Amino acid sequence: MLSVEGIHSYYGKAHILDGLSFQVSRGEVVALLGRNGAGKSTTMKSVMQLVRPRKGKVVFQGTDVVGQSAFRVAKAGIGYVPEERRIFTDLTVMENLEVGRQPKREGAPEWTVEQLFEIFPNLKERRSNRGKHMSGGEQQMLTIARTLMGNPMLLLLDEPSEGIAPVIVEQMAETILKLKAEGLTVMISEQNLHFARAVADRAIIVESGEKKFDGSFADLEAHPEIRDAYLSV
Amino acid sequence: MTDILRVEDLKKSYDGFVAVNGVSFSVAKGELKALIGPNGAGKSTCFNMLTGQLRPTKGDVWFDGEKITGRKPREIWRKGVGRTFQITGTYQSMTVIENVQMALMSHHHKLFSFGPRAWKLYREEAFEFLDTVDLADQADRPCSVLAYGDLKRLELAIALTHRPRLLLMDEPTAGMAPTARVALMQLVADIVRDQGVSVLFTEHDMDVVFAHAHHIMVLNRGELIADGDANAVRNNPRVQEVYLGGGTLFKEAADA
Amino acid sequence: MAFLFAQFLTGLANASSLFLVASGLSLIFGVTRIVNFAHGSFYMLGAFVGVTLMEILPGAVGFWGAILLTGLIVGLFGAIVEMVVLRPIYRAPELFQLVATFGVILVIQDLALMIWGAEDRMGPRAPGLRGVWRIFDEPVPKYDIVIIAITPFILFALWYLITRTRVGILVRAATQDREMVGALGVNQAWLFTGVFALGSALAGWGGALQLPKGGADLLMDFNIIGSVFVVVVIGGMGSLPGAFIAAVLISVLNVLGVTYLPQSTLVLMFVVMAVVLIIRPYGLLGREEVAGEHGQVGAPEAPIRPYGPVGRSLVAALLLVLAVVPFFADRFLMTLLIDMIVFALFAASLHFILGTGGLVSFGHAAFFGGGAYAAALLVFHTGTPMELAFLFAPLAAGLLALGIGWFCIRLTGVYFAMLTLAFSQLVWSLAFQWRSVTRGDDGLVNIWPAPWLNGPVPYYYFTLILGVGGILFLRHVIHSPFGYALRAGRDSPRQAEAMGIDVKRVQYVAFALAGVMAGLAGGIFVFSKGSVFPTELEIGASFDALIVVFLGGVKTLAGGVVGAGFMTVVEDWLTRLEYWRLLLGLVIIAVVIIAPEGIVGSLQTLWRRIRNTGDEEIAR
Repeated sequence: MLSVEGIHSYYGKAHILDGLSFQVSRGEVVALLGRNGAGKSTTMKSVMQLVRPRKGKVVFQGTDVVGQSAFRVAKAGIGYVPEERRIFTDLTVMENLEVGRQPKREGAPEWTVEQLFEIFPNLKERRSNRGKHMSGGEQQMLTIARTLMGNPMLLLLDEPSEGIAPVIVEQMAETILKLKAEGLTVMISEQNLHFARAVADRAIIVESGEKKFDGSFADLEAHPEIRDAYLSV
Repeated sequence: MTDILRVEDLKKSYDGFVAVNGVSFSVAKGELKALIGPNGAGKSTCFNMLTGQLRPTKGDVWFDGEKITGRKPREIWRKGVGRTFQITGTYQSMTVIENVQMALMSHHHKLFSFGPRAWKLYREEAFEFLDTVDLADQADRPCSVLAYGDLKRLELAIALTHRPRLLLMDEPTAGMAPTARVALMQLVADIVRDQGVSVLFTEHDMDVVFAHAHHIMVLNRGELIADGDANAVRNNPRVQEVYLGGGTLFKEAADA
Repeated sequence: MAFLFAQFLTGLANASSLFLVASGLSLIFGVTRIVNFAHGSFYMLGAFVGVTLMEILPGAVGFWGAILLTGLIVGLFGAIVEMVVLRPIYRAPELFQLVATFGVILVIQDLALMIWGAEDRMGPRAPGLRGVWRIFDEPVPKYDIVIIAITPFILFALWYLITRTRVGILVRAATQDREMVGALGVNQAWLFTGVFALGSALAGWGGALQLPKGGADLLMDFNIIGSVFVVVVIGGMGSLPGAFIAAVLISVLNVLGVTYLPQSTLVLMFVVMAVVLIIRPYGLLGREEVAGEHGQVGAPEAPIRPYGPVGRSLVAALLLVLAVVPFFADRFLMTLLIDMIVFALFAASLHFILGTGGLVSFGHAAFFGGGAYAAALLVFHTGTPMELAFLFAPLAAGLLALGIGWFCIRLTGVYFAMLTLAFSQLVWSLAFQWRSVTRGDDGLVNIWPAPWLNGPVPYYYFTLILGVGGILFLRHVIHSPFGYALRAGRDSPRQAEAMGIDVKRVQYVAFALAGVMAGLAGGIFVFSKGSVFPTELEIGASFDALIVVFLGGVKTLAGGVVGAGFMTVVEDWLTRLEYWRLLLGLVIIAVVIIAPEGIVGSLQTLWRRIRNTGDEEIAR
């Protein structure tokens, strides 16, 4: 479904992604692992074209999207949930969801506000609240729900477990598994190995903008030296 | 050894969100100390309160026995605290050496001087600082054409011009190639040793941290969970948990 | 009491148009982060289009239909402007956006002149609404009452659009984080165009609605834009309720001012603005602006260098030629050269704060005209000798800059630009309305130099020495530690503060110094012309200097001077053309989009390319 081929991305002069390549297939959940600053968020943004790769291809459903506007990538069926959440704090929950609404899409699960309220019951209670009066966990739920309103085929979740209470983290893991069951393809970036193992089928490890590992969690388990080199302190 | 920097119960909250929650620590004279933690742990917030960019909600910062809480960045700089930024902020329209001369002019209180030609002032002195960071051969190039790693070194030279007693470095090696990272931190370590400067830095490259820092502090969710030498921090179970995920959480899922 | 109430109603009726224009400006700024200086032009366009349509369409239905249609036409025009002029420069520095919208002002002025001619148009009376109703025995025009009745509906419709519709939700979301809105699949380009069209339409409606109370003329654009900025600044940028409250406040104050303080109507609103800004720097309902994401245009500015042998010889040769001019030149050429030198000094003083300091001042004429008026007033009223009065020009302008700077320096970016413009309008309105002192638009005349300077040749040398001396002095300051500190604050305020530089204080001193030099230019000017009129303080005068600096090149030290020389020559034949504003406006827009480095900057780039030296040619 998604094929990233040798992308190089920069922030100003800083070279963040150094020829990164990977694939994501329909229906799987892939975890992008690595330490702070390894290039996980930049990878997500490069797929979304919020950061334009200077070299390489991002092929989604057979089309190279490099150079297109982010809104075209979103229209093509990639939903992006940013690490900083970036909910519209002056808008209510319902209005935030409205911004994300897009027509339904062939081959992707379709979401209604009611269905999303079933998955995220907290949002239903707070439907008229403004974004700024919500806790971190609720904001995280809202930003995912908002992106789902666009009925994406592929969901990019940037650090979904970051900065939220442990019990919400567990909820989050259940949610991602539910989304997978609905037929959504998901890519998450994570620093939390246990969280990633709980939800993902496959792990990709990046460090300094390069891919260091790509395989199952069982493989990763078998090579503790990789884990220690790229993930632990 | 006495403390050059002492932080007491520092707290910062925005609209009910607590970014830094009661952090206390100190940096000893001549020490090279690292502050690490996952994204969003509060490192930058903590750092910006030390340098005056942010005003703490609660708590105090003491520099060499003097309270500097809530002072402006330029006042803190005048007291002898240097700093570098995660994203460099050098002056693009000046040459490399002029960037250093600018800092020297400020240090020598020449900012409101209208007479002399600025590029003639403190050139020799500036040259020495460039030499320290191995940039002397690029002194007269425009700052805008410098490679990223060179900019980082230039920033270090600028931060040293007023002979600070404490240097605060925010992610000094961010965006650099791995070999350049090691070289830069080696340079910092040399400066600490030779000039007796104390350094506190945040960093996400663990190789850099464990290779050079004398002591390491770990911040998580706005709270300090470890403060000690490399081994102590590496073997601290809470640190393990933060960096590898909850120990008990997801146990079943992982086993399944 | 009844009289006061009637006055209040008139104020409310006047507030309607002002609110419409201001809300459009606010809306556009909220989403696109561009301050549309051409917004007054859309208002003027609305008035002219409205008059024409009302002539074509008969009766009451025609009247109201014409107003409705006017908004749609102006909105469409706004959409075209957005797509052609603004789309390419959303990421450019603020200065480029502001200058581009100024180019639009010039184009619209001449288009209006072309289509509707120079004659003022009287607005038709609204059918069935001629005459007055008596309220508490006071006569109130029927049309005023109708407008007062309509305005709440407009406010409600806008409120409904913004808070209850999908478009409104998207607009509010984009105001906060437009990149995220794009990442959620919304085409920002069309959202921006739509918002710009709506904002323009509101200005068009404002222009059409006021027709029965006023009319249409070619000065409407500049006349309203000052008030609109005041309203937006008082109300808070991007806040519709803020714009409404401020529009009512200003309009009511204006009406009361006409009755009780007829000499101070224009000044009054600036006083209110100053008071509000002291208490709330971002307006009544505004909030602090986060710095916009403005990119760089072209290559970064090259480090400054003293001229090499070639450059020095060129400057020396030029000065030599200028020094011997009186031996062969006629009176006309000398007058032209005096104008050129005066303008060059004025432009150099603006370039000093704008280029070196990064402070985009849109009201620099206040100091040029202020200096000219200061000297002229002394001569006119007290018969002060020219030598003394002349010294007063830079002094008074410097003091004025200290006063205005105290308010403005605290702000940055577009806020700074708008506030400097509003303050220059304050100075203009003083000169225009305080007739007992300034003689209003009759101007101050018979301001001639001392006998030993009277005559073209002595005054030419006087101008040459002081003008060129002033320019060289500014250049020297740029090369001094102070100039470096100023540039440091522009390049990276954060880094500058972190190395002990008090950026705001440096900027404040620079602002005052620029005021002194502009005042010096004004002093030379007034004694060369023998008179001064409020036109020297108009927005147009500030913009002239701005455009000169911009055309010359912001990033080059010689930019202002070269631009001024170029402009004086070009203007001489340009103004002989009937539609020179149109041409100039198009040139400005083209320069912004195609050659943003200006004349000197583009030449330098070309020169470097020819010699193929790139960025390494740094030799001392």
